[in-house]
Amino acid sequence: MKRLLWIPGAMALVIAAGCARQPVAAPAAQATAFGSAIVESSGGKQLGAPGAALPQPLVVQVNDAQGNAVTGAFVIFSGSGGVRFEPTESLTDSSGQLTTNVMLGGTSGRYELRAASTDKSGKPFTLSITELALGYQEQVGYAVDQNYCARCHDQESSAERVSNYDNLAVKPHAFTDGQTQDALSDADLTAIIGHGGPALNHSALMPPYGATLSRAEVQALIAYIRLISDPPWRAAGVVYAKR
Amino acid sequence: MQSIKAQFISLWRAWFRDPIRPFGVVSVLLLLALAVAPAKDHFSEWHSYQKQYLRLILDRGDAVTLQRHFRGGIQQIWLPDLGVVDRCQTCHTGLAEASLADVSTQPFRRHPPIPHKLDEFGCVVCHRGQGAATTVAEAHHSALAREEPILPARYIESSCGQCHHAPMAGTPRLNEGRELLARYGCVRCHTIRLPDGSMMAATDDPPPLTHIADKTTREWVYAWLKDPASYASSATMPNFQLSDADARDISAFLMATSTPQPGDTLAVPASSKAPDPAAGASLYGESFCASCHATQNAAGNLVGGNIGPELTRIGSKVKPEWLQAWLKDPRNYDAHTQMPHYRWTDQELTALAGYVANKTDSDFLANVHLDAPTPQQIAHGKALVTEYGCAVCHEIRGVAKPENFAPELSRIGSKPLAQLVFTAGMPKTLPDYVDGKIRHPRAFGAGLRMPLYTFTAQQVDALTTALLSLTDRSFALPSRLQIAAQPMTTYQPAGHAGKLMAELNCFACHRINGRGGDMAPDLTWEGSAVQRPWLDDFLKNPNTLRPALIRRMPRFNLSNSERAEVTDYFMTVYQTADFDRDSMPLGGYSAALVEQGRQLFYSKYSCQSCHMVNTQQDKGYIGPPLTQVGSRLNAAWIYHWLKNPQALRPGTIEPNQSMSDEDAGALTAFLMMQKTSGKPGAKQ
Ligand code: HEC
Repeated sequence: MKRLLWIPGAMALVIAAGCARQPVAAPAAQATAFGSAIVESSGGKQLGAPGAALPQPLVVQVNDAQGNAVTGAFVIFSGSGGVRFEPTESLTDSSGQLTTNVMLGGTSGRYELRAASTDKSGKPFTLSITELALGYQEQVGYAVDQNYCARCHDQESSAERVSNYDNLAVKPHAFTDGQTQDALSDADLTAIIGHGGPALNHSALMPPYGATLSRAEVQALIAYIRLISDPPWRAAGVVYAKR
Repeated sequence: MQSIKAQFISLWRAWFRDPIRPFGVVSVLLLLALAVAPAKDHFSEWHSYQKQYLRLILDRGDAVTLQRHFRGGIQQIWLPDLGVVDRCQTCHTGLAEASLADVSTQPFRRHPPIPHKLDEFGCVVCHRGQGAATTVAEAHHSALAREEPILPARYIESSCGQCHHAPMAGTPRLNEGRELLARYGCVRCHTIRLPDGSMMAATDDPPPLTHIADKTTREWVYAWLKDPASYASSATMPNFQLSDADARDISAFLMATSTPQPGDTLAVPASSKAPDPAAGASLYGESFCASCHATQNAAGNLVGGNIGPELTRIGSKVKPEWLQAWLKDPRNYDAHTQMPHYRWTDQELTALAGYVANKTDSDFLANVHLDAPTPQQIAHGKALVTEYGCAVCHEIRGVAKPENFAPELSRIGSKPLAQLVFTAGMPKTLPDYVDGKIRHPRAFGAGLRMPLYTFTAQQVDALTTALLSLTDRSFALPSRLQIAAQPMTTYQPAGHAGKLMAELNCFACHRINGRGGDMAPDLTWEGSAVQRPWLDDFLKNPNTLRPALIRRMPRFNLSNSERAEVTDYFMTVYQTADFDRDSMPLGGYSAALVEQGRQLFYSKYSCQSCHMVNTQQDKGYIGPPLTQVGSRLNAAWIYHWLKNPQALRPGTIEPNQSMSDEDAGALTAFLMMQKTSGKPGAKQ
């Protein structure tokens, strides 16, 4: 009987080992300097695809109180919805910047990311970054926008496309302009896209597309406008919390 | 017999004493057995998800509706002709609930809108996984033989590609991947057969090497073979990772097998004065060489088109006498080249060739020193050329084109894991395998010959997406679901004019009758659209329309008779049967009608947002300027265009304004009054 006593002993050991906290794989990089603010250098507000890496990496910079870049500050990225970063955390480089590749989660929509660091006293400060994953419908909307609308609604010219914005007597608004676009209901958008500016008592410089685009394309455009507008569009209708 | 029975009875009595009791025991056992099934359901994963779902919707304003939609128990979509038995909605209860748009917790998220109905296609056709399974592990992650795990979201567009073989607006990655498969010539070595029996075709243009010694030096061939990207960052030729000796021997063989072609070299005329470099540069610009050829600018960015090869270091590649001959008549060297036959004068040729040849990189060949080859080296080079399959893409004298050089990829998207060899440490999934094969083809074993490409991460994702669309299911789905790509027609205009159009390679940019590029307008009905004098003049001096475009129609310097021939052909052949171009007069409209048209132009239709009629006041710059449209287009064309632009040129971005006959007539009258002052086609 006594010879069997090792069994509970061994079991206790196994359980203890199993319950022990997983050792941290690599000790977090030690900050060698501290800043007081994080700013975005590039890579915010990109149009990506669900589950895929963003076209451009995300670059953030840590600055001190005087606004000078801080080398060796520790930055950690986080985000919900299955976002992954490569790397997730590291120290800023000699120009005070940290570059990370972002893989969005598996569903379309807005992704709110955070970059966080701490100041000398250990007080955290953060930066919020928004990235967008276009689903099928928004992707169609994007393509229609690029082909038909962006020439007037986007002030930027590209090698393939010269912007017509400056040539218009009445100025259209960018689809990212949430102040303007969010004020229009889905029905308003359908009307002005389908029947042109006069449908909403706007200028006829906005042409009608009802006989050119399919209903699905117009819906896709609206889904796209709703996704990219900033401040973000809040769909009306759903009443949350009954109790 | 009797004794056995007696023994059994006594045993029975010894156990149960009372003869009624056994029935009780058996009943209890039976009851327990019956309870197993409901208990299994009750404690199952999906049941707990359904309970969670009901709790989730309880708090919502539309709880009653959602509860009414909810159906408990195993839910199944059964589509025999698609091979679908999907129980996914057992856990994914809210998939079809539009009002759950704000719910992001899985498995309750609503499915994002797509053009297909859930009940018509099920889930696994697009997402893969085991539709009939009722546990997450089995449904999502099974990697057993003939079962496949869920497809990662980043490759989801590949599923569209199982039926849709033409590019779609909603699947940019799939489109790009397919384009890359064609443009990088992947499909030259790897056959890809589509469900309709057609083959994916390559769109790259690997040159023949039969006369390569006329064109370039062995040193250049050597350096190019060692690393094509070091010569041109946009090279579509991959890196075969050749050793110095192998590159030396292949270059020796290619030079030795090349034969001179009469007319491939043109002695640079010993002109009295050196060619003017500025003249060459302006000719390069005027001829719109950059529409097809890219060069690297000072910042290292490529500027220009990708129809022809990059010219950043072209002077380090081609021999000057070959360059002259090439510019004079490209089809002498390569009968199938895309390069148009410009009719430059000898003086222009010298200036242009001088300018182009000046694009050199002195470092490129600085360290290449090759001794005269030995016969053994040449023979070894030939063996290597055969081994690496160079002749799959290039015509090489003395080496037959191999068939099925690399594994067929028609069903690569369904390849069972058991048949794949993974490298150490890589995740063991099919997408990771395909991705790895594109990134590091040589890492998968010794002796592999697949060359290395320098793709960006985005391009690798796109290629993987396109390859994953090539599934067994794609072949098994009913053919009514298959939407074929519109293949390019083999249309060829007839006669001498047709030959001229082939020499100018109009089809590189323009589409006619379903063949050709989309860089410039479709010309299928150009004869109905334009007036003859304008077309003739445009061919003489084309750089007048749409000054905002970076890519423009080059001037080919056609002779008067050549121009007349092409113009006549266009005016006669490229007409629509839908209307007669002469059915409306080119002028003489009443002032009242013209005025009515002007009103419509500027107010109701606000055409000035995209077009200019009066350059003093109008600024619209999306469509072509209409300042002289009355000398360019036929009235009947304008009228029918206004009524329905897409009917005349599918895909044009001019919106269809659903115009009444009266409005279209008045606008036509107004536009026809916008005539060229002076002689037709003068500088617009
Ligand atoms: C020819 C230029 C032009 C094109 C092309 C164009 N628009 Fe507009 N759009 C305008 C102008 C100008 C206005 C402003 C009208 C006003 O405020 O009176 C406008 C207004 C709008 C508005 C109202 C909100 C705003 O931005 O002021 C929406 C929505 C809109 N356009 C959508 C579209 C969509 C969708 C397309 C593509 C299918 C498109 N537009 C293409 C010129 C254009």
